[in-house]
Amino acid sequence: MLNKTAHLSPSKQLAMNYFRVAIVLFGAQLLFGLVIGLQYLFPGFLYEIVDFSVARMIHINALVVWMLYAMIGSVYLMLPDETGIEKPVGMGLGKLAFWVLTAAVAVVVVVFLFIQVGPGKESSIWFINEGREYLEAPRWADIGIVVVVLIFYANVFFTYMKGQKTGIMTVMVANLLAVAGLYLAGMFFTDNISMDQYWWWWVIHLWVEATWEVFVGTLAAYALLRVIGAKREIVEMWLWIEVLMLFGSGILGLGHHYFWIGTPEYWWEIGALFSSLEPVPLVAMFVHVLYDWGKEQGEHEAEGKGSSIKNGPTMAWVTTNAFGNFLGAGIWGFFHTLPQVNIYTHGSQFTAAHGHLAFFGAYATILIGMMYLGIQDSYGLKRLKATFKSKMAIFLITFGVLGMAVALTIAGYEQVLVERAELGAGWQAFFTAQNLPWYIQAQVWREIMGVVTFVGFVYLVWDLLTIGKVEAAAEAEEA
Amino acid sequence: MAGKKASVWTSISFWRRSAAWVTGFATILLIWLTFDTIAQIRMGTDQELKEGIKRRIPAPTVVNYKIDYKYDEKRGLEAPVIGPEKQPLFGKELSAKEAAAMLHLGKLTSQSKNCMDCHTLLGNGGYYAPDLTKAWLDPMWEKTMPAMTGKKTKEEAMVAFLMHPDKYPTHARMMPNLGITEKEAKALVVFLKHMSSIDTNGYPRGFSKTIKEFQTGGTYAK
Repeated sequence: MLNKTAHLSPSKQLAMNYFRVAIVLFGAQLLFGLVIGLQYLFPGFLYEIVDFSVARMIHINALVVWMLYAMIGSVYLMLPDETGIEKPVGMGLGKLAFWVLTAAVAVVVVVFLFIQVGPGKESSIWFINEGREYLEAPRWADIGIVVVVLIFYANVFFTYMKGQKTGIMTVMVANLLAVAGLYLAGMFFTDNISMDQYWWWWVIHLWVEATWEVFVGTLAAYALLRVIGAKREIVEMWLWIEVLMLFGSGILGLGHHYFWIGTPEYWWEIGALFSSLEPVPLVAMFVHVLYDWGKEQGEHEAEGKGSSIKNGPTMAWVTTNAFGNFLGAGIWGFFHTLPQVNIYTHGSQFTAAHGHLAFFGAYATILIGMMYLGIQDSYGLKRLKATFKSKMAIFLITFGVLGMAVALTIAGYEQVLVERAELGAGWQAFFTAQNLPWYIQAQVWREIMGVVTFVGFVYLVWDLLTIGKVEAAAEAEEA
Repeated sequence: MAGKKASVWTSISFWRRSAAWVTGFATILLIWLTFDTIAQIRMGTDQELKEGIKRRIPAPTVVNYKIDYKYDEKRGLEAPVIGPEKQPLFGKELSAKEAAAMLHLGKLTSQSKNCMDCHTLLGNGGYYAPDLTKAWLDPMWEKTMPAMTGKKTKEEAMVAFLMHPDKYPTHARMMPNLGITEKEAKALVVFLKHMSSIDTNGYPRGFSKTIKEFQTGGTYAK
């Protein structure tokens, strides 16, 4: 994942920088996840040193930020290929923006970790933490993020305008504008908690259940072109169908967050209907990936050319994405999306189970796949085959996250029945459920599976650092 | 697929146009619904409260009233019941201006202390600590916590607890001391009492059962 990048397009070099920071933040996410998992079992662990709230804040923010980094990296990776412009617009500024953003992220992490909380004043929200789940970054950092993203967007937009306008890039450019614009909805303070959460969901939901999903669609389309040589016409037609279905269901699916926050009852029907449709495009995406793979492989075999896959690890991660997105976001989301169920499950470990499997299945997988594509480009390899380490990484991480999700689902099931249905919620009801042996057992398994995931992560980093060199040597030997 | 089209179903431009129309239509619908919702969830006024006009999010002065959470036969879910009898906090009724200022400080404190990464508010947040949506009505504040903190009223017990949660552990999993001042703690009580008056369409379901069980000497009365 290092050096050997001199011959690369500056855009792809920048992409590799974004990937490097992304993987570090991914590690931080997992480490702090292990801390909070442990606090469920040993509440005294790091009490009043790194409290659950602090560790969780870092856990979820590292998640969001590493994904944003890997997303920006993926766009810079595909930009020269899709537009046909080797040296995209504004690369100097793009590099500066990368360093500014990285410095800002480092400062925010230090403040989160060592200052943690402030007094009840506006200045706390501006400089320490905003205290709104996922959007904890203080206001100064929000503004910084907006500036950096604008620079990034300008680079992408003007390069697009100059170069060839493929369907993939058209969707990318339009969708990125929505991603950036939506962030603004989370940048104000109000005394009205219902109003607060109304707009907060515009950012969270319209990111992860609409625009980010479309983003994944464009990445999968690009990856299929690159990895198995799929036909552009087929891939791009599917992409438009995916956009239609994702936005058609996802935009109004926002309603499933408006069941209980003080908003009117009509959101029950709207939220239930549209969010129930949200898994449909995810099935389509899964079918699409497997269909194209089978088709290309069949043609290859008919011509006696062997495997159609030019990048093994990327293809493995993209396929995991296709299924994981459907399973984690689709199935696990549908579990508790109807208001009749959600009135009991809302704000329980069910949500945590869904969150883990969805973020992993829908996003982590494909972004890791893009990193491997970046390595293939960095070393100028015709073919990148999976190593033992690549296989260990994907197996352990997938197995670990799936295990965590199952454990949390069991914990959630128990919590919902005892705390909500049986005891009717409240302080004592909460702790009665939290202290039941079955609940604790589930939390133990969650932690074990978290460790499995972390071991997989170690293999992943090891592989990313070495696979390029190994494969380059193998290719040189063959030639 | 280029050239002569065999069918509209394999036409890229058909799907592109459909995607644009569907996205546009969904967006317009969302914006229209947003206007309606925003009007319904704006914070009520003191005047509306005095006249008994129900708002989904009542005025900050709602903290001067007794708040309850009861099963509504017609709606088939639990809903907040406000007043008519008064129950001012700390024995003093707040003016509209004072209540608004306290709510402002309370909301600000809830964010700067990052309550939401352990607790859930309106069901959203961390799942490490109890949901705070109806925390003001929680039976634990009726006898247990006032006895533990040595205070007479539940609001005073709340202030004592919020300032020094490390001194009053109820379970092995304890709330940390976040350096909350007395003023901030009182404001948080206003924030919590106000939140309990929000019409959340019956979430959390069954919470009124918790309250009733306490009143009738059930599980929670121990």
